[in-house]
Amino acid sequence: MTDHTTVEVSKLQELVYELRIEDVMKREVVTVTPQASMREFKELLRLKRISGAPVVEGDKLVGIISLEDLIKALEDGQMDNLVGSKMTSGVETLFSDDSAVQAVNRMARFGYGRFPVVDRSGKLVGILTRGDILRGLLRRLEVNYREEEIQRYRASHIFQDIVSDRTSLILRYRVRGKDFRQGGAASSKIKRAIERLGGGPPIARRVGVAAYEAEMNLVIHTDQGGEMEVEIQPDRVYILAEDQGPGISNIEQALQPGFSTAPEWIREMGFGAGMGLLNIKHCTDGMKLDSKLGVGTRLEMWFHIPPPESAPKQKEDLL
Amino acid sequence: MTIQEIVNKLGLQVITPGDIEQEVTGGYAADLLSCVMAKAKAGNVWVTLQAHPNVVAVASLLNLAAVIISEGIKPDLETVERAQENRVTLLGSPQTTFAVVGELSKLGVGGA
Repeated sequence: MTDHTTVEVSKLQELVYELRIEDVMKREVVTVTPQASMREFKELLRLKRISGAPVVEGDKLVGIISLEDLIKALEDGQMDNLVGSKMTSGVETLFSDDSAVQAVNRMARFGYGRFPVVDRSGKLVGILTRGDILRGLLRRLEVNYREEEIQRYRASHIFQDIVSDRTSLILRYRVRGKDFRQGGAASSKIKRAIERLGGGPPIARRVGVAAYEAEMNLVIHTDQGGEMEVEIQPDRVYILAEDQGPGISNIEQALQPGFSTAPEWIREMGFGAGMGLLNIKHCTDGMKLDSKLGVGTRLEMWFHIPPPESAPKQKEDLL
Repeated sequence: MTIQEIVNKLGLQVITPGDIEQEVTGGYAADLLSCVMAKAKAGNVWVTLQAHPNVVAVASLLNLAAVIISEGIKPDLETVERAQENRVTLLGSPQTTFAVVGELSKLGVGGA
């Protein structure tokens, strides 16, 4: 991966790579056999309103013939000659399972606007023009966009759609101790859930940061990990992070900025700054920490979700 | 100023592109993740010499515009993959954190 190629890969370019030629090509192809006369070919062009056609023998593509070839035959008075003798053979083709980007490259290289598409056995299965690729891309962009919108819409209306006196959604995550590779996975999912449910960026961020610190505490300080339970209601979020780990000997001290019991190897990764609980305090609208040495730790966090219109500026300013 | 402009001006390596046209709101530099969590703001560019998967988690949770990994440190494959998944922009520089921050400051990227 070089610097420059990665920079230039945009969303649209990703799509061009993903899109297969068979997804966008036209499958109904008007073809002509090499045994047809140029006169018959002329009729075909007139009836089907096309300007050229692949020449096919049995299943196999053997050439391509165009309006230009027809005009030449007309001038030379060779309208009774066979298509097989007037066509261009050795045609540039595309494979149906190639990506659209290969089609774009070949069109640019050869300057043709239309390519017959064959499968790996050489059988003609379709035809592809620039317009087909463009249409395919636009359709795919629209589908992607709409799917995301629908998912978002459905999720954000779950509280209106499902009626009860008090509806809440409960998410549970198992966090493994000392697993730094997976650390942060639960809080990323929690943040995404809040966004999907229609929480704006400030609340999603607040919940995400607090959940991350709580999750990393489980990763850093316990061996067997712990559980996170998130209860989401339209106007509030509650998170419980619980473990049967070593416990905290002095909660007051643990809340002091800069105090940490993390060992050196963990600090080297940038954890254990002694800021975690403080960060949680800043991000939440309430927190409760209970711990017993040798028994475990229970951290509860509350967040108010401001109503969409009159969102009061509060904790967000701190972030 | 967009991330793309910073990349061009500082000659940074683009490890994962993410949303490279994003406007930068300012900068923050630290290697302690909790400090970043506390101080970095959405849209900031973060300069650090940490290069493990949790860097991506932090950048994604905070909606940071980009992470510049200094001193030529290369993130491992898992970090790169996770950055791609989460559309987090990871950039690399052979310079020290201090030098990168100095250059960013010259470009007018503030540390408010």
